[in-house]
Amino acid sequence: MTEAADNSTFGIQCDDLSLWYGSFQALYNVSTQIKPGIISGLIGPSGCGKTTLLRCCNRMNERLGNVRTQGRVLVGGKNIYDADVSLIELRKSVGMVFQRPNPLPLSISANILFGLQLHDGRRLSRSQQAEIVESALTEVMLWDDVKDRLKMKATGLQLEQQQKLCIARLLPLKPAVLLMDEPCSALDAEGTEAIEELLTNLRGRYTILIVTHNMGQASRISDECLFMLNGLLVEHGPTSQVFLKPRDKRTEEYVEGRYG
Amino acid sequence: MASTATSSLTVPAGSARAAHRLAGVRGVWWRRFWLLREWAMVGLIKLCGISSILFVTAIFLFILCEGLPFLRMGHGIHEFFATSDWYPTSQNPTFGILSLMVGTGAVTILAMLFAVPFGLATAVLISEFCSRRVRETLKIVVELLAAVPSVVWGFIGLKMLGPVIVRFTGADTGVNALNAGLIVGLMSVPIVVSIGEDALRAVPDTFREAAEALGATRWQMVRKVLFPAARSGLLAAALLGVGRAIGETMAVLMCTGQSIAMPIDGAFPYLHPLSSVGTMTATIASELGEVEAGGLHYRALFLLGSVLFLMTFIVNLTADLIVRGIRGKK
Repeated sequence: MTEAADNSTFGIQCDDLSLWYGSFQALYNVSTQIKPGIISGLIGPSGCGKTTLLRCCNRMNERLGNVRTQGRVLVGGKNIYDADVSLIELRKSVGMVFQRPNPLPLSISANILFGLQLHDGRRLSRSQQAEIVESALTEVMLWDDVKDRLKMKATGLQLEQQQKLCIARLLPLKPAVLLMDEPCSALDAEGTEAIEELLTNLRGRYTILIVTHNMGQASRISDECLFMLNGLLVEHGPTSQVFLKPRDKRTEEYVEGRYG
Repeated sequence: MASTATSSLTVPAGSARAAHRLAGVRGVWWRRFWLLREWAMVGLIKLCGISSILFVTAIFLFILCEGLPFLRMGHGIHEFFATSDWYPTSQNPTFGILSLMVGTGAVTILAMLFAVPFGLATAVLISEFCSRRVRETLKIVVELLAAVPSVVWGFIGLKMLGPVIVRFTGADTGVNALNAGLIVGLMSVPIVVSIGEDALRAVPDTFREAAEALGATRWQMVRKVLFPAARSGLLAAALLGVGRAIGETMAVLMCTGQSIAMPIDGAFPYLHPLSSVGTMTATIASELGEVEAGGLHYRALFLLGSVLFLMTFIVNLTADLIVRGIRGKK
């Protein structure tokens, strides 16, 4: 999968994916195909397994011991649960943004360069570093705000800027997939709008899978929607279809706001 | 809560006994005694609570009062702090504590060279790299290490480590700064581990997630994220280890050889770990029993004690403030 990681974007394919936390089953036989280059929204009530499914795609679930996974998740055609998959390479090409912005307690530029310095043995020259920092921050529309204080601690930024930085720090690794776990839930309306604008800008260049609680957000920014309930993938289709003409009764009730 | 309180106080209609009880059938003297007892208990608890402050202050004032008159007995502050000849029992006694301070410093530095890497590595292992069961076991074992009496440590240094040092280094004697440094280092490991582990635990898990999601290995995450994030806590851990090492007496007395000498010189490697040294603590412990109360030597030892007290006080206070700073931020 590494040779293809440079430019093309990967889709994600789940085959019969089930997951248990101890004896609790959180995912039931999820099978679907997430198309490359578009934004797919994952919706559903709390505790339905959205975040779990998302975390299957970069194997972050394995941080918590006591997790058992069955089935396959293919990223760019390769099953990421195969024994020969390197977690490090996987996480390079599948980036993740968390609910609460979690910039590392380092400077802004160190946050951007962090990923590269993990993977790249050789030292980058100062001008290369500056170039990488500038292009990543420009891509997330943060450059103008912070260009004069790149040495400042990233944890001192506003939440919205922190979240943008968390997206920016994935980009130097040239990921194919961006996983986002309710990236706006800690932000105010303005911050949410800014992140949504940013996501729209990134559309087409990355495969984006975004978990959201906010139905408005799902309908505004996603191209396709996945609706989950109690660990089951109930419906997956173009956003307009899922919201306007849901095929499943449960989806209809959820998008109408009867529960969740 | 409030409702149950009222209900138990409310006298049911017709219940004469309950009414009596509230009015205080036992009489006014009983009630006075009861109030007095309450007052005495609260006072006692308060007294115990502030006693540590009283003790610290009293101890410091006591040793200072016993020690300070030394400076008016013909041996100035310059001789005391800036010369290295400690000959308290000679015809013309001299009291220079420089060599003792250097001895304490040498043992402390050597001890930290062992304790800080060992302790921090153990802390990292406990907090990041092992399962819950291994973690709990390790913590108990490390705490057991802290429970070994210092005289036992001294015994190990004197009888077991000493010969080993002689065999491997060819030193004249096995009781020297290196021996004491190793032993005191091992004694300081538990405190470095427990404070270091607290510091690592205080780092929010979101940082670990962030680093791992970027593809960091465990060790990269520890080195590049946890260490910078927990820096001040780890510093406090090392400082508390220093405080422990400065104040250790019995093991040091048994392991250093207690022959007062300067283990340093101007030539590389500056510090000579195989030289016997005398430390401040061990000097006080070994000499105080044989001096005449109120005499010159007696006063000198008390002044030495005051200096020692100040040193450990400052080190511990600094570490404590750092630790509190971290807790306050959370």
